[in-house]
Amino acid sequence: MDANLMMEVKDFSFTYPNAPKPSLKHINLRVVKNRITALIGPSGCGKSTLLRAMNRIHDLYPGCKYEGAINLQCVDGSVKNILEWTKENDLIRLRQKVGMIFQKPTPFPMSIYDNIAYGLKLQGIRSKSELDDRVEEALRDGALWNEVKDRLKDDARGLSGGQQQRLCIARSVALRPDVILFDEPTSALDPISTVAIEEMIMELREQYTICIVTHNMQQAARISDYTAFMYLGELIEYDETDTIFTNPSQKQTEDYITGRFG
Amino acid sequence: MEKIFSRLSWFSATTVLLVLLATLYVLYVQAKPAIDAYGWKFILDPRWGVEVAIDEQGREIPRDEFFHTEENAAGSMVLDEDGIPMEDETETGQADLERNAEAGVTIKEIYGGLVPIVGSVLSTLIAMAFSIPIAMGIAVFLSEISIEALKTPVGVAIELLAAIPSIIYGMWGLFFFGPFIASIFGGSSVSLLVAGLVLGVMVIPFMAALSRDAINTTPDVLKESAYAVGATRFEVVKDIIFPYAKTGILGSIIISLGRALGETMAVAFVIGGVYQLAEHVTDPTISIPVALANNFAESSGLSLAALYYLAFILFVVSFVIIFLAKEFLLRRAKV
Repeated sequence: MDANLMMEVKDFSFTYPNAPKPSLKHINLRVVKNRITALIGPSGCGKSTLLRAMNRIHDLYPGCKYEGAINLQCVDGSVKNILEWTKENDLIRLRQKVGMIFQKPTPFPMSIYDNIAYGLKLQGIRSKSELDDRVEEALRDGALWNEVKDRLKDDARGLSGGQQQRLCIARSVALRPDVILFDEPTSALDPISTVAIEEMIMELREQYTICIVTHNMQQAARISDYTAFMYLGELIEYDETDTIFTNPSQKQTEDYITGRFG
Repeated sequence: MEKIFSRLSWFSATTVLLVLLATLYVLYVQAKPAIDAYGWKFILDPRWGVEVAIDEQGREIPRDEFFHTEENAAGSMVLDEDGIPMEDETETGQADLERNAEAGVTIKEIYGGLVPIVGSVLSTLIAMAFSIPIAMGIAVFLSEISIEALKTPVGVAIELLAAIPSIIYGMWGLFFFGPFIASIFGGSSVSLLVAGLVLGVMVIPFMAALSRDAINTTPDVLKESAYAVGATRFEVVKDIIFPYAKTGILGSIIISLGRALGETMAVAFVIGGVYQLAEHVTDPTISIPVALANNFAESSGLSLAALYYLAFILFVVSFVIIFLAKEFLLRRAKV
């Protein structure tokens, strides 16, 4: 695997439990380090399915079938195929390395502080001062510190939708993952919150590798460096975002981005 | 049509309130003689149907003192098994009473509610302590751990258990469970402990089914995000699902508590029906509903009023517990 890649999906097929046909067919995708990779395509094309395979969230529901490989570059430079991991402990470590943000904000039923500290505590950090520092750092990264610093003990569910989503991003960032996966992170938010989240994602790019699924093509064009177009479980085209949006090589891609279908 | 509909729904709503108030009123009126006679001391008095002598000032003469002055005290009163006094009809007894009446000493029957109240509260507490952990285990298993193929049969079994009439639990408790418990913990095969455990078994299906429904309301994506920060299944259940479903789970416990507090048939079989405070959990005692069911048929006058007083207390206690639980627990749960 190239040194500038963080993750690489190779000839990957995925079948949901009891489904007669695979939902993803022979996908090849490169996720470049410290860059934003966007996955676009019409509903039901498998972009979320692919994203959820990249941190094995699918494994919470038994009976999923994986084929091919998803390689992850580890800190020590070695490359691991995450599909070979089977133990729960391995999957937990994988999910701490590959964080995930969902479509709807998912604050845990606890205080703002504890929402961030929860994952850190699970990682084994016990020292109060270190937790305090990491929580503050994460909230600053999430552009939320100034809004919540006086009410860290309040229930996180009292925040607005946009704040909740930034909290979820901060929660993920606090774990210092290698990759952050965003599954349509702004589709439930208003335009102003959306802009805030997009700016945040752009800033996170400097430290993290980001993969984002979006319905919104303008969003992909605005923030991403690379774009992959998917259709009916297949990856049709992958290239630099500029190329995809100005000069796509595939007819289907062109039809989709010009709004002729999807 | 609109009018009829809105009138009908008004009528239905007010009926409930009226029935509630009417019940409370009837209980109070019927209990009035006992309330006047015993006042609040009723709650703390462990005696039931005991005759005591009252002097001119209306004070009780201690039993020893009273009988000490009597020549023929020993045979004047005999208690039957249930602690209900049978008057000795001998001539000397009659003569004693007459003599006492002349001296300004009257005989009064004392009824106190302490034994059944304590019996009710303790059996309910035992039931809750026993059923809450098991019901939570079942609920978590059904919603989070069980494989899909097992969920339906186990869920249906739980619902069937909830539909079993309580008298069947009572018989099962009396003939099988009671002796089994007695063989482990010693003591009688009808006791406070057996009553509490049978009550616990009875409310487990309720609590489990309602808690499962509450747990099932936790959004998948919330659980997924907890897994996504590296939580194990146990941690997700403990830190995410229980806090999220807290309101519903507390509600299921409150409903079960109310049911356990008022349960009559199952408890009547296994609690013993003895007016005696249980010194050990394995001793027989009595609870309020059982005291009512056992004695209503043969009561009249003041003893009937005392039973109504007990019923009134049960009504108020149930009402207060459920009200407080709702207000306090659920409000705190929302914060």
